[in-house]
Parts: sequence; C-alpha cells; structure tokens
Amino acid sequence: MYTLPAPAFWLGVWQVCAFLVDRHVDGRGNELLLPYPASVWNILVCLVGTGAFWGTVLSSLGRIALGLTCGVLAGAALAVLTCASVWADRLLSPAIRVVRAAPVASFILLVLLWTGRNNVPAVISAMMVTPLVWDSLSRGIQAMDAKLLELAKVYRFSSGKTVRLIYLPSLRPHILSALTTATGLAWKSGVAAEVLCLPEPSLGQRIYYTKYYLDIPELFAWTSVTVALSLALEHLLRACLARWGKGWDR
Amino acid sequence: MILCKNLTVSFGDKAVLDRFSLTIPEKGVTALSGPSGCGKTTLLRVLAGLEQPQSGTVEGVTPRQTSLLFQDDRLLPWRTVEQHLTDVLPGNRHGEVSELLALAELVGEAYAYPAALSGGMGRRLALARCLALPARLYLLDEPFAGLDLPRALRILERLRTLPASVLLVSHEPAVLTRADAVIELDGPPLKAAL
Repeated sequence: MYTLPAPAFWLGVWQVCAFLVDRHVDGRGNELLLPYPASVWNILVCLVGTGAFWGTVLSSLGRIALGLTCGVLAGAALAVLTCASVWADRLLSPAIRVVRAAPVASFILLVLLWTGRNNVPAVISAMMVTPLVWDSLSRGIQAMDAKLLELAKVYRFSSGKTVRLIYLPSLRPHILSALTTATGLAWKSGVAAEVLCLPEPSLGQRIYYTKYYLDIPELFAWTSVTVALSLALEHLLRACLARWGKGWDR
Repeated sequence: MILCKNLTVSFGDKAVLDRFSLTIPEKGVTALSGPSGCGKTTLLRVLAGLEQPQSGTVEGVTPRQTSLLFQDDRLLPWRTVEQHLTDVLPGNRHGEVSELLALAELVGEAYAYPAALSGGMGRRLALARCLALPARLYLLDEPFAGLDLPRALRILERLRTLPASVLLVSHEPAVLTRADAVIELDGPPLKAAL
C-alpha cells in the first residue's frame, strides 16, 4: 500500500515528460529523446522472450557477482589487516585511498591493457568495492565495544569464538551498509567497464549498441534491466542478513 | 588461602590501591564494602588479570582460575539466555545449564534474548554466566544490584555452597551480615587488610 505510490508517481512523471517532449517536437522523433514508458515496456517484453537476453543477463550477473564477492573479501581482509597492524595501516591505507579517489575510467583502460576484455568488469567491480568495504569495516572494528572484548578475555573465548560471538554480530550494521552500497557500485562500475570493453555477451555491450543505432527505447530497456538486477541482488543480500539478525535485532 | 600482598595500583597521580593486603579463604563468601571510588572494583580487576598492579603480588590463584562478574551486565543482545551459558560452560558440562538457570531463577527464559529481560533478570543472567565458568575464585561486583532482597538472599545462600571462594562487592546490610567474612573499607585509597 505504501510502496506502490512512489513508483507509480515516477512512472506518471516520466509519461508526462515524454508527452511534453512529444508535443515540443510535434511528434517527430520523440523516441530519440525521451520514449514513452509503454514503448520501453514493449521492447522489454520482446527482449525477455529471447534466449540471448537471458544469456546476456546471466553473463553480466556472473561477472559482477564475482567482482562483488572478491571486492568484499579483499576489503574485509584489508580492514582486519590495517586494524591489527599499525605498519600495515601505514603501508596500505594511502594506496587504498588512491584507488578510491582515482577515476574509474582510468582503471578500466589500464585493466583492459593488462587483462583480457572479458575480465575487466569483474576486476573493476572488485576494485571499486574493495575500498568501500575496507572503509566501512575499518570504522566498525575501530568502534568495537572494548567492554565486550574484555568480556571475551575474562570468559576465555578462543579467537574464533570471539570473532563469531563478538566481532561479527557487532559489525553487522557496518556489513549491511557496506554490502548495500557495494552492490550498487559494483553494478555501476561493472556495466561501465562492459560499455568500454564490450565483453561478449554483456549488458554493457547491448547498451553500447543502442548508442550506435540511436535505439533509445532499447537503451532505457537495458538500463531498466540493470537497475532491476542491482535492486534484486541488494534485496537478496538484505534478506540473508535479516535472517542472521532474526530474533535479537530490534 | 588466597593472598594479596602490598598491592599498589595508580591511575596517573591517583593511587587507588596503596600497599593493600588481603587474605581470602579457599571457600565461603567474603564481602567487600565501602564508599564509591575506594578501589573495590579495581581490586577485583587486579585479581581477574585485567589490571596490572605497579607493585605487590597475588598468591594462591592465577587470573585463569578466576571468573569475574562485571559491574555492568555486558550481555550479548544476539545470544539467548541459554546460549549465554553454553558459550561459557566447558563443552563437557553443557548439561549444567538447567542448574544454572535454576540458581539464577531464570527457568522458563532459556530462549529469551536480553532485550526481553528485565533489569533484575539481566543481572541474574550475568551472574549465572559468571558461575558457568569453572573457577577457584569468583569475583562478583555488586551481584545483587537491582534484585529484590529475598531473591538476593536466596542466591547468596546458594553461593555459599559453591566448592570455590567468592569475593563479592555489596552495600546491602542484609547481604553483609550473611557473608562468611566482611571487609569494611574506608575512603580511598584502599589500605585495609584482613
């Protein structure tokens, strides 16, 4: 009831804007500037019915999920390392900050030169996600409740037990926040890399071809698919983490 | 006997324990009482190995043979009452959960999370968790805070039957009169000796 009006409102805004553009150009070439939602929907329905669509979607999903997984694991490992060792922090933190600040396009071109074009989206997704996860988890580890760590010491918890019973549940909000933001970033950077490197098949490649043929309704359709996949993956991760906090998370 | 000899602990310029000596019997309940800031909690933390004294020694017990009940409950919001106990109990003694629940008068709350417990129930859970750890010396920092007196006295009677020594901090006169030994402390720094 409360979630329906927002998408319906923005669809309405889109419809009205497309109508105004259509009037402005007197019905000549509206589809080149801002297509109607119905046109995009029709294209989407046609695309979904083809086998190539699902091959494209699964290929991009696989590459970006791989990049996301590697980026999350690398970010978590770096966070542990830089929080555990002052020397590791001094050595690695500046490098991670440089990666975070550098333009993604520069990395895409560099990685394209260093590896095959099919590997670029996963590598770029991982590179964009790593600093974000590192930053969020480092803050979480530094903000750990010292009293709980003292408790673990007094009750003689092993290292593994301390991680399982103290660190991971305490870091849950940071993990949730990092994963949610990282999912969106992995899709943005991964698809951008696909557009520039054109691995086959891929969402980025299909988006690139829509520019080539000025097929704007199809550009909207593929963009909608990308957004839907990103939201679905984010929703899945949130659902998994919600199960983890079931019972005690109020 | 557990002996504390000439313990000195300072935080900056402030001496909290000043050549403090104490003898604790191997069994029974010894109560520490005194005004706030006189060093009672610091003494328990020294015995638990959480503070290092600048001088002095502890004989007859090592930190690994103690179990400390903190002044605050320090419950884990993500663990149930039962899990709090099994997390601390040795693997071969998980069968003692029901005894500990009975001691803390928490039978029926085994699957509750701390958020669902009252302040007094949380305190009793923290006490049961402390007792779940096998130890020669139990260090209890205000174990009956927030508990009604009859319940506190029932639990105190059970503490007296433990096959270990109990050193507890309390301000409750009824608890002090029932302890096996009482150490009344004046203002800081802590110098009393038994």
